[in-house]
Amino acid sequence: MTILEFTGIVGLVSFVAGLLGSLTGLGGGVVLVPLLTILFHVDIRYAIGASLVSVIATSSGAAAAYVKEGFSNIRIGMFLEIATTFGALFGAFLATRIPTTAIAIVFGVVLLYSAFISRIPRTHAQRNLPPDPLATRLRLNGSFPDLEGERTYNVQHVPAGFSLMFGAGALSGLLGIGSGAVKVLAMDQAMQIPFKVSTTTSNFMIGVTAAASAGVYLSRGYVDPGLAMPVMLGVLAGSLLGSRLLIKAETKSLRLVFSLVILVLGLQMLDTGFWGHI
Amino acid sequence: MNAPVVAFKPNSPREETRSNWTDRRIEIILGTVLRTGVVLSAVVVLWGAAIYLSRHAHQAADYRIFRGEPSEFRTIPGVIHSVIKVQGRGWIQFGLLLLIATPIARVLFSIAGFVLERDRLYVAFTLVVLGVLLYSLLGSGARF
Repeated sequence: MTILEFTGIVGLVSFVAGLLGSLTGLGGGVVLVPLLTILFHVDIRYAIGASLVSVIATSSGAAAAYVKEGFSNIRIGMFLEIATTFGALFGAFLATRIPTTAIAIVFGVVLLYSAFISRIPRTHAQRNLPPDPLATRLRLNGSFPDLEGERTYNVQHVPAGFSLMFGAGALSGLLGIGSGAVKVLAMDQAMQIPFKVSTTTSNFMIGVTAAASAGVYLSRGYVDPGLAMPVMLGVLAGSLLGSRLLIKAETKSLRLVFSLVILVLGLQMLDTGFWGHI
Repeated sequence: MNAPVVAFKPNSPREETRSNWTDRRIEIILGTVLRTGVVLSAVVVLWGAAIYLSRHAHQAADYRIFRGEPSEFRTIPGVIHSVIKVQGRGWIQFGLLLLIATPIARVLFSIAGFVLERDRLYVAFTLVVLGVLLYSLLGSGARF
């Protein structure tokens, strides 16, 4: 394959991944690394480097739109970014030390988990919980615009959420993904942050988390310009288009298809990881 | 905890509104910073792509074997050097550096915002995050 063909095809695949990831809310990054390694036989370390860069692009692009709407909570974001950035450094450090087959296996497990969590209904944050003293001291409680006017919320289980976010950061740094699935677990389930707030705030954090490990990847020589270019431009264009389209009616079946794709890719990654041909 | 109580004392709605207003203003500035960074880096990457493809379009692409990038593509001075030499891949890498710098700029602006709100606790939190980001970009190469 010539560089021109490779750039064109990888750009197109990345565009579709970004589009589907944005339409379904599952993120494009999670399918990119398996697609690059399985379809294009790219070394997983190059694939992770390119994916990580595209994660920064999409998250920053989307966060720019979200912050203006007033849903994201910058204090929650800033506080949890301490956990995710340290986690990301740790993950990037691990990625340079453990064999690529082990990375593939972890990737497979995370994909299966993402496919699973995308099928179970989201639990809604309980309303009017009493304030947690630690959350009050950290000033994490906030409000957001709702149909009935401003709705306030009280953040719960701060230590559990913080620890889970360290894990989310580590996975992000190890696998080059946004690890939205773990963030959902930490912010929606543990910390009881309302859906809109947790989605937009976690999007806000993904860019900083990915930048923390991207620095390591870049200085270790894992970011190849010839590969990262079509991936980053493709995913960015796809996700921007996706956020404009917002075809709500189709999202349900689209989500099902996309989570099936994630499931198949997860099994593929486990297969390559266990049989060592990666 | 030295942060002033005024900013978020639950029983004084007036103060809370003022703090929320500053929060909102910071959020809008952060949104602009993020958008500018992403657009700028995409333009630079596109420009690099044009140079790169015009010169290397018909060579073979192969990413099967991991070799690691040469130092000109993995250090900031190296990238700047290849930008000056008008290398397509150097320009792409420069665009990617701008992209990595975008969240760092966002964190810097957040520090300014929290300083304006006299929120020392969050200034400290944000400085920790900034430290991790700078270490990753500037200090991690030699050590790992």
